[in-house]
Amino acid sequence: MVNTTIDLGHGLVLRNPVMTASGTFGYGEEYTDFVDLSQLGGIIVKGTTLNPRQGNPYPRMAETASGMLNCVGLQNKGVQYFIDTIYPRIKDFDTNVLLNLSGSTLEDYVRGAEMIDALDKIPAIELNVSCPNVKQGGMAFGVTTEGITQVVSEVRKVYHKHLMVKLSPNVTNIAEIALAAEAAGADSLSLINTLLGMAIDAERRKPRLSMVTGGLSGACVKPVALRMVWQVAKVVKIPVVGLGGISNATDAVEFMLAGASAIQIGTANFIDPAISVKVAEGLKNYCECHDFEKATDLVGALET
Amino acid sequence: MKQTTDFKVQDRKDYGDAVLLRLRSKNQLLTILPGQFANVQVDGSSKTYLRRPISIHDVDDANNELSLLIQKVGEGTKRLAELKYGDKVNLVYPLGTGYTMPAPNDRVLLVGGGIGIAPLFYFAKMLNKKGVRPTMLLGGKSKDTLLRLADYEKQGEVFVTTEDGSLGEKGFVTAHSMWKDHEFDKIYVCGPKPMMQAVATIAKEKKIWCEVSLENRMACGIGACLCCVEDTVDGNVCVCKEGPVFNIDRLKW
Repeated sequence: MVNTTIDLGHGLVLRNPVMTASGTFGYGEEYTDFVDLSQLGGIIVKGTTLNPRQGNPYPRMAETASGMLNCVGLQNKGVQYFIDTIYPRIKDFDTNVLLNLSGSTLEDYVRGAEMIDALDKIPAIELNVSCPNVKQGGMAFGVTTEGITQVVSEVRKVYHKHLMVKLSPNVTNIAEIALAAEAAGADSLSLINTLLGMAIDAERRKPRLSMVTGGLSGACVKPVALRMVWQVAKVVKIPVVGLGGISNATDAVEFMLAGASAIQIGTANFIDPAISVKVAEGLKNYCECHDFEKATDLVGALET
Repeated sequence: MKQTTDFKVQDRKDYGDAVLLRLRSKNQLLTILPGQFANVQVDGSSKTYLRRPISIHDVDDANNELSLLIQKVGEGTKRLAELKYGDKVNLVYPLGTGYTMPAPNDRVLLVGGGIGIAPLFYFAKMLNKKGVRPTMLLGGKSKDTLLRLADYEKQGEVFVTTEDGSLGEKGFVTAHSMWKDHEFDKIYVCGPKPMMQAVATIAKEKKIWCEVSLENRMACGIGACLCCVEDTVDGNVCVCKEGPVFNIDRLKW
């Protein structure tokens, strides 16, 4: 019998290392026909901002080689709507329900985090630091050590539960950014968010996305994600949650060997809506076949 | 209730640029409403990473079979059109909302353009079951693009337009002479967006209730990714979940 429990610290304990990534799993409700949520370590619900956002115009998606680009633009109805309408429907799911929090100003992040802090059944926030900071010319908070230090430390002051910080891969030195987030008070780090990309329709000589550029995800980003998880896990002391192109249990094992304590399934949910539970099952089988008594024994077990 | 199910190709028929696939499941089919669609897994090649949303063309509950009428447009539909007898294909179905069923006495017009005629076949069959005999107005580039016409004619009166005049009246569906001497209570449209918008304009002028079926580009098909949104009077909504069928009053056309 393999012990699959993963303790990410500060009150966030997963029954297995498999979570679903924000923006790919709705509020969990969309998947209950396909997935027994109690078989997952956790779900991270749609990126939420303090105020409602309409998101970007259509077209928001372009398929690419083994992946897809999106420029959804954080369409959501705001934190208060989440608290009033969605939270009562999902709070009793038999899994950890994390909320992904985004903002375009420091004040929005802080106010949003304060409001989420009061929700008993949300054990953690995943802080999306890839959003443009409107007061800093639209540069993302999470691409400089100063920016990430500021947003994480301010949220840390008001948020008293597990604070997971989701890192942007669109940086020169991911380890430096990770260390800054750790020093500012993050309890764990999840990576990677989408890679900035672009697609063109040559026949029409036009971009395929309304915003021209968008976030790349899917199987194609896995090698980049794996490399970044490995680089970050080597330097930080807090747990790392790996994501980026994970499509099966072997991919999940690779991320854990590279140093991830848990993983998230993202775009693969679109291809097989039941993939998350299959990965959880496959991870357990891998541990059994390779005589790992605990899933935690896989973490960082890469032989180099 | 939605499901991920493996089907086997039971039969295929070629119609020039399109193929009709009859798919059988080992399990009992879930209830499928006319206008709903399936998200079809292609083959996992690098160029066909995502599923393809395809409308459900026909349903045979007794044999656990459903049919898809697929036009070869891009890489995904080309590969799906290569499926042979016995091949396995995985569907997430049934997805989206269906057409709103009319009242028994309603005079119903179904307007289809190109491959957009596909979902109207199952709809016409279900209407007949409820005692409503629909009128159909089907348009295509040429007579070769109007598939299964004889089968549609069994479901009700059919009017045809082709752009090259090779069958029926020459021109677009909106210019057909039948508009002059027919009256309808409900119009249902599926086809290219400009064609649906043109029919919607006629419906608005004549103050006729009208639903259209959108085909915005999708990823998940179940309302999770928010990629396929349409700008409506209620803001951006997912075509895969709140549609694909929309009343024209809800759209900003």
